[in-house]
Amino acid sequence: MTDEKMIHMANQIAAFFETQPEDAVAAVADHLEKFWEARMKAQLYAHVDRGGKGLHDSVIAAVTRMRETA
Amino acid sequence: MKDFIIPDPRYYGTGLDGADMGTPAVDSDQVVTLSIDGFAVTVPAGTSVMRAAATIGIDIPKLCATDTLDAFGSCRLCLVEIDGRKGTPASCTTPVAENMVVHTSTERINRIRKGVIELYASDHPAIGIGDPANGDSRFQEMAARVGLREVRYEPGANHVFTHGPNGAENPLHDGGVDRSNPYFSYDPAKCIACSLCIRACDDIQGTFALTMEGRGFDTRMSAGGADDNYLTSDCVSCGACVQVCPTGSLQENAVIEIGLPEREIITTCAYCGVGCNFKAEMKGDQLVRMVPWKDGKANHGHSCVKGRFAWGYANHGDRILKPMIRDRITDPWQEVSWEVALSEAARRLRAVQEKYGRTSIGGLTSSRCTNEETYLVQKLIRAVFGNNNTDTCGRVCHSPTGYGLGQAFGTSAGTQDFDSVEHTDVFIIMGANPTDAHPVFGSKLKQQMRRGAKMIVIDPRRIDLVQSTGIKADYHLPVRPGTNVAIVSALAHVIVTEGLIDEDFIRNRCDWDEFQHYAEFITDPRHSPENLAELTGVPADVVRGAARLYATAKNGAIFYGLGVTEHSQGSTAVMGIANLAMMTGNLGRDGVGVSPLRGQNNVQGSCDMGSFPHELPGYRHLSDDVTRELFEDMWGVMLDKEPGLRINNMLDAAVDGTFKGMYIQGEDIMQSDPDTRHVAAGLESMECVVIHDLFLNGTADFAHIFLPGSTFLEKDGTFTNSERRINRVRKVMEPKNGYADWEVTQMLANVMGADWSYTHPSQIMDEIAATTPSFAGVSFDLIDRLGSLQWPCNEKAPEGTPVMHVGEFVRGKGRFLITEYIPTDEKTGPRFPLLLTTGRTLTQYNAGVQTQRTANTVWYEEDLLEIHPHDAEVRGVRDGAYVRLASRMGETTLRALITDRVSPGVVYTTFHHATNQTNVVTTDYSDWATNCPEYKVTAVQVSPSNGPTEWQETQARRAEIARRVLPAAE
Ligand code: SF4
Ligand code: SF4
Ligand code: FES
Repeated sequence: MTDEKMIHMANQIAAFFETQPEDAVAAVADHLEKFWEARMKAQLYAHVDRGGKGLHDSVIAAVTRMRETA
Repeated sequence: MKDFIIPDPRYYGTGLDGADMGTPAVDSDQVVTLSIDGFAVTVPAGTSVMRAAATIGIDIPKLCATDTLDAFGSCRLCLVEIDGRKGTPASCTTPVAENMVVHTSTERINRIRKGVIELYASDHPAIGIGDPANGDSRFQEMAARVGLREVRYEPGANHVFTHGPNGAENPLHDGGVDRSNPYFSYDPAKCIACSLCIRACDDIQGTFALTMEGRGFDTRMSAGGADDNYLTSDCVSCGACVQVCPTGSLQENAVIEIGLPEREIITTCAYCGVGCNFKAEMKGDQLVRMVPWKDGKANHGHSCVKGRFAWGYANHGDRILKPMIRDRITDPWQEVSWEVALSEAARRLRAVQEKYGRTSIGGLTSSRCTNEETYLVQKLIRAVFGNNNTDTCGRVCHSPTGYGLGQAFGTSAGTQDFDSVEHTDVFIIMGANPTDAHPVFGSKLKQQMRRGAKMIVIDPRRIDLVQSTGIKADYHLPVRPGTNVAIVSALAHVIVTEGLIDEDFIRNRCDWDEFQHYAEFITDPRHSPENLAELTGVPADVVRGAARLYATAKNGAIFYGLGVTEHSQGSTAVMGIANLAMMTGNLGRDGVGVSPLRGQNNVQGSCDMGSFPHELPGYRHLSDDVTRELFEDMWGVMLDKEPGLRINNMLDAAVDGTFKGMYIQGEDIMQSDPDTRHVAAGLESMECVVIHDLFLNGTADFAHIFLPGSTFLEKDGTFTNSERRINRVRKVMEPKNGYADWEVTQMLANVMGADWSYTHPSQIMDEIAATTPSFAGVSFDLIDRLGSLQWPCNEKAPEGTPVMHVGEFVRGKGRFLITEYIPTDEKTGPRFPLLLTTGRTLTQYNAGVQTQRTANTVWYEEDLLEIHPHDAEVRGVRDGAYVRLASRMGETTLRALITDRVSPGVVYTTFHHATNQTNVVTTDYSDWATNCPEYKVTAVQVSPSNGPTEWQETQARRAEIARRVLPAAE
C-alpha cells in the first residue's frame, strides 16, 4: 500500500475518534490493534519513525502507546 | 368443547402439507364451531367456510379461490348448502358462524357444479377436457371431480376460435399465444376470466400489469395496454400470475417443453438476501421448474424473476466441469484430474509460503456458498494456511453494519423478521432499492403501503418505492451522494430539539448520561435541516416533516442497504441510524427495528461464520483468549491472534510483493471490487491464484488453478438471509462437476496436511453449534422440523429469535454514538463535476455471471448510465448513445439513459456487465472503520463517445487469451 493511502486510512480512523467523548488516542490504538494486520502496522510504525509526516497527532500518539504495550 | 386443534400458524403458514386452503388464514382470538358434512370443526372467527372445510381435509371444488389471495367469488364452483339459508352460497366468500351446519356435496350442488364447468368447457375447447397431457391444470382436475365427460353446448360468441361456425373470420379472435416472455406463455384461448392472475399481480406482487379486456364471452386477461404483450407491459416476470392460473392459460415454457414434474424438494434461492424457499420440481434428474413455497417464512409463496426462472445457468454450456491448471496466466488452460489439480494447488501454495512466509497467502470465502462451506474455507485458512488472511464479499457491502450495529447494540444483524413489517406504520428506506434488489421484500413493503403505512425514502435516486402504480411515498429525501451522515443528523436534530424522543425508552434501555452527551451534540444548530439543506440537497421542510412522521409513528421501522454502508463514513451512518431508532423507542418489538438488507443470499451467513480476518465465528475477536482456545482445542492447532488482511489490504500487499497466493471461492473480484486496475495489478503479481467457481469469470483470467464449483442445486447446507433466518439448501441433483464445494475445500485441506473427515454438511453445522453460542441450538434436524429458524438459537431461545433486543440489548444498554459529519475526500471539481453512484437492477445479479447465462438478458442487455436531462443537454449526450465515463481512476464507455430519476449533478449506473467495466472508475477510498469501499460516491465526467476505451479493449483481449482451454490428453 502506498504511504499516502495508509496515511489517509489512519487519519480517517483518528478523525472519527476525535469526535467521541472517550480518549481518542486509546481508541485509535485499540482500533488499529483490532483491525490492522501486522505488515500494515509495521508500515505505519516505519512511517512514524521517519517523522510521521501527514499523520494526525492522535495516530502518532496511538502508535507510541501501541509500542509501549506491545 | 374444542374437538379440533387450530394449527399453529407459525409452523403451518398458509396450508397443511402445501395444500391450497382456498382463502387466507385469519388471525382472531375468537373461535367459532360449526359442522361441515357432519364433522365438528373449530376455527378462528372470520374464516371462510371453504377454509374451515379444508382444515378437516374436505377440499371443496374451486376455480377462482386460492389461499394467497382474498376471496373474489366469481366462478361459483365452490357453492355449498347451509341449513336454514336460502340458495347455494359460495363457500369462499361466506364466513363461518357459530353452530352453522354446512353440506358441501349434495345432489343439487353437484348438478350445479357440473353445469358451471360444462359452460366454461364449451367456451374454452382449448383447455382440452380429458387431455392427459396437461395434468397441471386445476380446471381439468375440477372437471374430473364433477364428473364432466362431454360438453353438450355449441360455443357462444368468443375470442377462442379463429373462425366462426359459418367459416367467416372471428373478429373477436386475439391472434393466439403470447410468447414474448422468455419463461412462460399466455394462451388467451384458455382464459376463463377468473381474475386470479390480475389479483396476484395487484395484491401480491404490486405491479398492476394486467387488466381484463372485452365483455361477455369475449372477456380475457390482457397484459399492459392494447398494443402491449407481456414483455412490453410493466410485467416484472415474478411468476405470481402463472402460479395461480387455474386453466394452464398461463404456463411455464419448461413445463410445455419437458412435461410435468414427478417429485419436489424444498430448497432456498441462491440469489438475494431475501432467501425465498422454493419447491424444486424435478423430472428424473432434470429440474423442470422452481415454484415458490407457500410455507417459506421469508417469501410465503412469492418470488421474483431471478429465483423463479433464472436458474438455467446451472446447465449452461460455459460451466467448467473439469479441474484445470496452467503455469502462466497467458498459457491456455490444461484439463487435469482432481488429484493433479489439488496436489498442484497444495504444492504451489506451500511453495509460496516457503518462499515468502506463512502470511503470504490467504483466501476469500463466498457469500454465495453455504454456511458450512464458508465455515470450512475460513477454517482452511486459519488452521491449515496458518494465518488469518480470510475475507468475504461482505467486506465490500455490509462490513460497516457489522461494526456500526455491533457498537450500538452489541451484535451485527438486522433486528427483525420480514413479517414484522405487517405491524409497521412508518418506514424509512435508506440507500436501498428493494423492488429491484430484494424484490419479494419490496412487494411486501408495497402491500403494507397499500394498507396505509407511510413511507420515507432517503436515496439520491427516485426509486420505484417513491412512486409507482398503487403507491406513493410520503417523503423522498434525494440526498446528495456522500452526505448520509449529515441527513441522518438533521433528522435526529429535529427529533431531539422538537421533544419527540421516547424518554422512557432511553432511560430504561440506554445509557441516559451518554444520551445527554449525544443530545448536547445533536441539538447544536449546525445539525439543523436549515443549515444542512445546501449540503445535502434536501429542503429543510422535507427533513422536518419526515423526522416528525417517523418519530410520532406508533411503529417506525428502518431498512437500509449499501447506499448507507458503501461510503467513507459508512459505519458512522449505521450508528446514526441506530441512534434514530433508539431515541424514538423503535426497537425490541414487532413492526420496528433497524434492518440491513443484505445483497447476496448468504452475506449474513458468511459474516456469521467467521469470514472476516479479525474475528472467529459468531463475531468474536481473535484476541479473545477463551474463544481462540475453544477453536484451538476443537481444531487441534495453534491460531494466530493477529488480525489478517482484508481483501483490499491483500491486493495492496500483493502489489507490494508480500502477498503471493490465494484461494478464491465463488467470487469475481475483478468485476465486483472497486478500482479494477488495482485489482488486476494485485492479481497479476501473485504466483498462485486458485479459483473455485462455476465459470471462467474475470478473476479467473488471472488464475493458475481452476477447481470447478457446484451450484446450489447440487449440495446440502444452509443459507442465512437478511432476517438471520437459517434456511435449508437441499441437493436436488448430483454435482455435475463431481463434488459439492465443501467436499472440494475438504480435499484441498487434506492434501495440505489436514485430517478432515466430514461426510455430510450437517456435521459441519454441528461443529458450528458446538463452538458458537448464538448457534448452540442449531442442527439440520431442528431446521428440518421447523422449516427454518432465526439465530440466536440456544437454550434461551430454543426455536430461534424473530425479533432481537427485546427487553435488553445484546450489549446490555443501547449506546448513543456521536456521528459528526466528515466529508469524503472524493470531491467534484472542474475536471470531474458529476457524482456517480451505483446500484443494481431487478433482472441481473451482481457480477452477472449467473443471470447473463439466462434469458434474463432480454430485460437488461448492458449497464446503462442514468443522467439527468439537464446534464445530458449541456454535454450533448443523446439518449441511447455511447458516452465516456471518466474518473481520476480510469474510464469506460456505456450507453446513456436520460431520465429525471436522478437529480442534476448525479449520474447512476449498475455493475453487472463485464463489457461495461463500471468499477474501473470507482475509487480506492473506503469506510474509515472497515475498509468497505466507497462505491457510492465517485466524481466523474461524462462526454459523448464513439466506442470502447482502450482498457475495455485490453480486457476483452486478455479474456480471450486467458480463457483458452486445451482438453485433457486422452
Ligand atoms: S409475472 Fe408477476 S408482474 Fe408479471 S403479470 Fe404476472 S404477476 Fe404481474
Ligand atoms: S432473488 Fe431474492 S427475492 Fe428473488 S426469489 Fe431469490 S431470494 Fe427471493
Ligand atoms: S372458488 Fe368460490 S366462487 Fe370461485
